[in-house]
Amino acid sequence: MTPAPFDYAAPTSLKEALRLLDNRSADPKILAGGHSLLPLMKLRLAAPGVLVDLRRVPDLRGIQAGDGRLVIGAMTRYVDLEGSPLLHEHAPILAQAAGLVGDAQVRNRGTIGGAIAHADPAGDMPAVICCLDASLHLASPRGERTVPATEFFRDIFETALSEDEILTHISLPIPSTPPAQHYVKFRRRMCDWAIVGASVSVTCDDERITACRVFLTNVGPIPTRATAVESALEGRNPTAETISQAARGAGADLSPSSELNGSADYKRHLAGVTCSRALQDALGIGRA
Amino acid sequence: MRIALTVNGERQEIDVEPRLLLVHLLRDHLGRTGTHIGCDTSNCGACTILLDGDAVKSCTLLAVQADGCAITTIEGLASGSQMHPVQEAFWDNHGLQCGFCTPGMIMAAVALLDRTPRPSEEEIKRGLEGNLCRCTGYVNIIRSVQAAAEALDRSGSVPAA
Ligand SMILES: Cc1cc2nc3c(=O)[nH]c(=O)nc-3n(C[C@H](O)[C@H](O)[C@H](O)COP(=O)(O)OP(=O)(O)OC[C@H]3O[C@@H](n4cnc5c(N)ncnc54)[C@H](O)[C@@H]3O)c2cc1C
Ligand code: FES
Ligand code: FES
Repeated sequence: MTPAPFDYAAPTSLKEALRLLDNRSADPKILAGGHSLLPLMKLRLAAPGVLVDLRRVPDLRGIQAGDGRLVIGAMTRYVDLEGSPLLHEHAPILAQAAGLVGDAQVRNRGTIGGAIAHADPAGDMPAVICCLDASLHLASPRGERTVPATEFFRDIFETALSEDEILTHISLPIPSTPPAQHYVKFRRRMCDWAIVGASVSVTCDDERITACRVFLTNVGPIPTRATAVESALEGRNPTAETISQAARGAGADLSPSSELNGSADYKRHLAGVTCSRALQDALGIGRA
Repeated sequence: MRIALTVNGERQEIDVEPRLLLVHLLRDHLGRTGTHIGCDTSNCGACTILLDGDAVKSCTLLAVQADGCAITTIEGLASGSQMHPVQEAFWDNHGLQCGFCTPGMIMAAVALLDRTPRPSEEEIKRGLEGNLCRCTGYVNIIRSVQAAAEALDRSGSVPAA
């Protein structure tokens, strides 16, 4: 399968990339790792006029800490997230979830920015960055703006990005106490996409859960916040009993779409199972 | 568009259409037919090559994305008539039957051993999860990679990447 013809540019500055993207009559499209876009182009489901490859734009790759935040370049690959000591220390769920995407070859090419911009409802990154309360930094010829991850995703494959904007980096608050985090991805085989996934991040004091964020993958068009689970946990002792009671409510308000890999009912069931397992693993409370 | 890249140590400069896939550049333009096309949808791993040392699926890359990069294909592993230890181990341990998946499987194994010289069985399974084999049932492939790891360890050499 060969894509329809197109032109290719690999600009060496963000300014040049934005200029190419601004030329709307040429029908330009950003190319990152290409592991969502090229399959679509090979199937002729996408046929952009110009690919603007970001691989030579400086400063879009890598992970840095500063001013109480972690800053991750949009072109940082899954394999780099997986191995990042900064993420292992401050946002372990992101490194862990990156290691569950696709297979080794996919993780060597796919980027966090591409995954977020693509906004596949079954993609792993969107729910995880919402769980981490990330901010997304966007640049366009009109200037820069920052959008919270929780407001970025609009619908299936639809985001707050406008056509002339580039996602340049993702930033996360560095928590003052190390949070307990875990992502559970439920799938039939290794290297499959999630049927349902659950991302949890929990902060505890000596006794109680003081804060928690729980976001689900693939139970709706965009990452779904499990507010019932969160409120059932906050202020409680983190025990096996608390977790199983809270997780039981995860599926109640969901209306996921049925698909080949799972009916709506099955996904509602999996929402509870994945929440429960993610909480148990995050808090180190043995699975029942 | 003119691109320059190194394939198995040899510098190549060539004019390509931007839509040319890397696997087609290798097979049809440069005659390196050792890299196979199985699924053409980035699922089977038969087309796996090393791009600047990383295992990647060459059916899901454009040739222009490899401009300025160094590529290793299955043809680049042996030195003369001396097979690479991973090739040797697949031969000795019946790590192949029809052989269709083998070039991709070996390239993925070389990349795995480069990063993880003494992988556990779990690490081998994880490292090869993007490579499908319809013949062997994988047991002998895992054995081959274990044997290759031991051979490389004994010889103190590092896999070419
Ligand atoms: C075999 C296979 C298995 C996979 N399994 C999984 C899986 O289990 N879980 C999962 O989550 N994903 C999976 N994926 C998808 C993979 O994660 C993709 O790499 C990812 O979704 C897109 O990232 P990319 O860098 O490849 O982006 P590209 O394909 O290059 O781009 C994707 C889209 O985002 C736009 N874009 C990219 N970067 C930017 C930017 N910085 N600013 C603005 N727009 C941008 C592009 O224009 C394009 O529309 C799989 C892919 C394959 C091929
Ligand atoms: S041919 Fe590339 S992954 Fe199957
Ligand atoms: S040996 Fe036949 S596909 Fe693997």
